[in-house]
Amino acid sequence: MALIELKHIYKRFGWLEVLSDVNLQVEQGKCLVILGASGSGKSVMLKHIVGLLKPDRGEVWFAGQRIDILSERELMKVRERFGFLFQQSALFDSDNVARNVGFPLMEHTNKKPEEIAEIVNHKLRMVGLPDIGRKMPAELSGGQRKRVALARAIALDPEVILYDEPTTGLDPIRSDVINELIVKLQTQMHVTSVVVTHDMNSAFKVADRLVMLFEGKLIFDGTPDDIRTTKNEVVSRFVHGEASEEELRTLESVQD
Amino acid sequence: MATRYIEKIGRTTNNLLAEFGQFCDFVAHTFFWLIVSGGRRKSLRLLLPQMFEIGVKSIPVIGITGGFIGMVMAVETYSQFKAIGQEDRLGGVIFLSVVKQIGPVLASVMLAGRVGGALAAELGTMNVTEQLDALRVMGTDPIQFLVVPRFMACVLLTPLLTIYSDITGIIGGWFIGVKVLGVPSGPFWHYARTGVELWQINEGIINSVFFGGTIGLISCYKGFYCGAGANGVGRACTDSFVASFISIIIMNFVFAKVAQNLYIALYGIHSVFGT
Repeated sequence: MALIELKHIYKRFGWLEVLSDVNLQVEQGKCLVILGASGSGKSVMLKHIVGLLKPDRGEVWFAGQRIDILSERELMKVRERFGFLFQQSALFDSDNVARNVGFPLMEHTNKKPEEIAEIVNHKLRMVGLPDIGRKMPAELSGGQRKRVALARAIALDPEVILYDEPTTGLDPIRSDVINELIVKLQTQMHVTSVVVTHDMNSAFKVADRLVMLFEGKLIFDGTPDDIRTTKNEVVSRFVHGEASEEELRTLESVQD
Repeated sequence: MATRYIEKIGRTTNNLLAEFGQFCDFVAHTFFWLIVSGGRRKSLRLLLPQMFEIGVKSIPVIGITGGFIGMVMAVETYSQFKAIGQEDRLGGVIFLSVVKQIGPVLASVMLAGRVGGALAAELGTMNVTEQLDALRVMGTDPIQFLVVPRFMACVLLTPLLTIYSDITGIIGGWFIGVKVLGVPSGPFWHYARTGVELWQINEGIINSVFFGGTIGLISCYKGFYCGAGANGVGRACTDSFVASFISIIIMNFVFAKVAQNLYIALYGIHSVFGT
């Protein structure tokens, strides 16, 4: 059964149509990867799932409830069931790591400070960063920031984790650490994951299923094996990292 | 040509109305959370650091500005009053000007620059680095968490800083008038006391509550809806100061007119040159 469902989603920013009649189902306990070039609307799609953006047309469903028509206050309850890893980590600059990770617990539970501290330590150990609770976000490397953000995203043991370009800006080793973490959380916490990325290594490592967004539409939906052997030229070029003739012509005109 | 001009006017009007609507929604949302959660312990915990940032850290700049404005008032008015043999009444004019107009307006304008810019920059940076979205997806309303404590701190502390600005302004005026220019101390304080009524002191302080609220709301709003990147944050800071400043000046005029009409209706006309 689909835990998350997007039905005929349209979204436009000014003159630019970012999503056009997008339909998507995410099954419970599975990891779905949304592929697409930079600026293709992947993050926009992800933000629709959690109600950060509302569609111009269409419906967003979560756990049998239509959420695109909910008010901000009603959405707050729904969002407690989600964890979201932002592209830029989005850690609170003015708080240390422990307060960042403990933030959802402080806001939404009545746990005592010592209980929160214990959970924070546990989550930081899960992401392989024990003993950095007192550090400020500015003192962390890009990879560490992502892992702290991930620890924060799982603080409330969410049912769904949404990852917005989790490996962007990281070196291959750090990227692999993040990929391993995604797989580990998937198997240990039995969460439903939606990963937005254009990193094919990451996609193949974590995905149960992949979809690809191109010019506002989903042009591919299948397993990692399907995408490797696809006959769709656009998808195939994306998977193999090959620019089209048209894109290369633009480059030549710049050189002239 | 004419069609394009009309189209441009229409689009600009439309954008202005849309922004005004967005601001009204933001204000309504802020007051909703202020009423629902403003008095809770968690809110008070968030309020104290903001009171420190907005209030305590503004003390030096408000004190210096207020003091020097009082001194300038004394220097500028002394010669005029001396020319008509009324220099003893200097205290009344300085006191009246400072508590009614200069104190509240100047303190608020200084706060719009110091605090308003900082609030817009802080929230703007949080916006462009997705920290506001992070709050939302963690089930916390950023208006409740970030705007309400900042707004409350502005509303509560602007009147206190205004009183402080009044006091430093009067001390500055007294220092120049009495200690430097030789106005006798007794008449200075006598006219300061008799030239100003409690009504006028209250008028300035009540105005400052609204000025503080305006600074808080405009600055937070500009930060919340700032454009992308460093340019967007920088522009939010500038816009926040300009919009706060213009709002304070306009509100000051409206409040002055309303308060004057009310005063005349209740007590009649009172002159600083009276007894």
